[in-house]
Amino acid sequence: MTSLPKERGPKSLGLVIDLDRCVGCHACATACKEWNAGGIAGPLTDHEPYGADPTGVWFNRIHTFEAGDGGEGRTVHFPRSCLHCETPACVTVCPTGASYKRAEDGIVLVNEDLCIGCKLCSWACPYGAREFDDHEGVMKKCTLCVDRIYNENLPEEDRQPACVMACPAKARFFGDLSDPASEVSELVAARDGYDLMPELDYRPTNKYLPPRRCMSAAGQDEATGDEQPAGFLGWLDRMLSR
Amino acid sequence: MHPAFSVIVFTVVSGAGFGLMAVYGLGLVLGLATLSAWPPIIAGVLAAVGLLSSMLHLGHPERAWRAFSQWRSSWLSREGVLSVATFGPLALLLACAWFGVEGLLPMAAGLVLAAMAVATVYATAMIYASLKPVPQWHDSWVVPVYLGNAFTSGALLWTVTARALLEPAAVVALLAAVLALLALLVKLAYWRSIANPTGTTTAETATGLGGIGKVRMLDPPHTSENYLLKEMGYRVARKHARKLRRVAVGLGYVAPLLLALLSAFLSPTPGLIVAGAALAANLLGLLVERWLFFAEAKHLVVLYYGRDLAA
Repeated sequence: MTSLPKERGPKSLGLVIDLDRCVGCHACATACKEWNAGGIAGPLTDHEPYGADPTGVWFNRIHTFEAGDGGEGRTVHFPRSCLHCETPACVTVCPTGASYKRAEDGIVLVNEDLCIGCKLCSWACPYGAREFDDHEGVMKKCTLCVDRIYNENLPEEDRQPACVMACPAKARFFGDLSDPASEVSELVAARDGYDLMPELDYRPTNKYLPPRRCMSAAGQDEATGDEQPAGFLGWLDRMLSR
Repeated sequence: MHPAFSVIVFTVVSGAGFGLMAVYGLGLVLGLATLSAWPPIIAGVLAAVGLLSSMLHLGHPERAWRAFSQWRSSWLSREGVLSVATFGPLALLLACAWFGVEGLLPMAAGLVLAAMAVATVYATAMIYASLKPVPQWHDSWVVPVYLGNAFTSGALLWTVTARALLEPAAVVALLAAVLALLALLVKLAYWRSIANPTGTTTAETATGLGGIGKVRMLDPPHTSENYLLKEMGYRVARKHARKLRRVAVGLGYVAPLLLALLSAFLSPTPGLIVAGAALAANLLGLLVERWLFFAEAKHLVVLYYGRDLAA
C-alpha cells in the first residue's frame, strides 16, 4: 500500500553523514554496489562496465563541491543516497503499491515484483535517490541494507549498512534517529546536523553534519584585525612584511 | 525531463479523446449536439489508443493492471481508474445512439461522461502538477493547460465529425475557435509563470553548504552520464526551444482558431476540409507543445550536478 503508514513504529533508522570527515574516497559507494549487487536488490545492472562509456545503477554517489571563496572556501565531499524521508512522495505517487515505507523502522523500499517501471517515483524524489534498472525493468533504491542490519547469519558487529562498515574515515553513522539517546541523535544535536532541501518538507531521516570552520580561516580573522602588534613582535611583523 | 515519445503521444491523443467526450457530453445536455454513434466511437478509440501507447514506456507492461490499486494516494493510479471507468458512460451513450434511445437517459449518460472525462484529464495533469521536484510542472497553470488543450482538440474533433455527418456544425466550430483562444491564453500564462520561478531550492539548500558560501560542483560522482542525468537532466538549446514554442503556438492554437472560424461559414464539403486541417494542425502543434512541456522541465536533482534550473 503506497499510502504512508498511519502509525509509525518506535524506530526511524537512518544514516548520519559527517561532511567534515568525508575524504571523498568512494569506498562507501563501491561497498554499497558490491553488497547490493548480490543482496535482495540485486542485480544492479551495469552497461559496458569496461567500455568507454560505462553506465549502471548506484544507490550511493559521491559528489565533490566547492563552497565559498578565499580563506573560508572549502572543498566538500558529499555522499548522496536515499534519505528515507518521513513524507516520501516517491512512495505516495507509486500507482501499484510497489513502493512502501515500513511502519516499524521507517525504511523506504521497493517490492520489485509489483513494480511496473513507470519511473514516476524517481521523478517525485528531489534527491535523485532512485535509479531505474532498464535491464530488470524495475526501479531500485537504497535499502539501508535491510538484508544486513537484521541478518542473524552475520556477526552482530557486522549488522550495519555496507557503506557504514566500509568508511575508512568514520564519516558515516547508522542508528535510530527517533531515539534521542542514540549515538546518531547525539551527533546531530552536538554538531547541528541538518536536512537537505528542508523547504520541500520531505522530512528526511538521514542528517548531514556540516564541515567545521577552517582553523586557518578562524585564525586569519584575528591576524587581519586593525590592532598592530607592538614591540619585538611588531618589529618582526614589519620586517617579514617587507 | 526526458520527453518519452509514448507518453507524449498518449497525453495528446487520449487528451483529444477525453476532450471530445467532455464537450460532446456537455453538448448533449445543452441540446447543442445530436445523438450519434460516431463521436463516442471516435473518442473511445482515441482514448484506448492513447492508453495502450502509455503502456509502451513501462518496464513491465504486463503488470500494468496493478496500477489501478493505489488510487488513494497516487494521481497516476487515479488517472488509470478514471480513464477506464469513463468507458462505462461512454458505452451507455453508444448503446443509446445505436438503439435509438432518446430523452433523459442519453442526456444523463452525456453529463456523467463529461464529468468523468474532465476528471480523467485533471488527474493526468495532477500527475505532473503534484511533483514538487520539477518546478516547471509544479505550477498552478499546468491543470488549466491540460484541460484547455483537451477541450480544444475535442471540440475540433467534434466539428470534423459533425461536418462529415452533414450535421449543423457552425456553433461547434465557433465553440472550438473560442476554446482554442482560451487554451492559447492559458498556455501563454503558463510560459510566463515558469519564466518567473518562485522556488527557493538552490545548490546551497540541496547540499546545506550555503552557510559557507556559493556552492559549485568540482567533481561529478562518475565520469559518464547516468540514469538521473539522462531521465531528468534533459537539455534543449534555448534557441531551439524558442522556435519550437512559436511552432506550438502557430500550429496548436492560432491556425486551429482561424481555420475553425473559417469553417463555421463554409458549406459542408469545404467546411469539412478546413475543419480537418484545423484538427491536424492542432494535434501536430500539441505534440510539439507536449514535447516542450517535458524538454523544458528541469528536475531539482540537476542541482547536485552543477546545472541550473532555468527552463
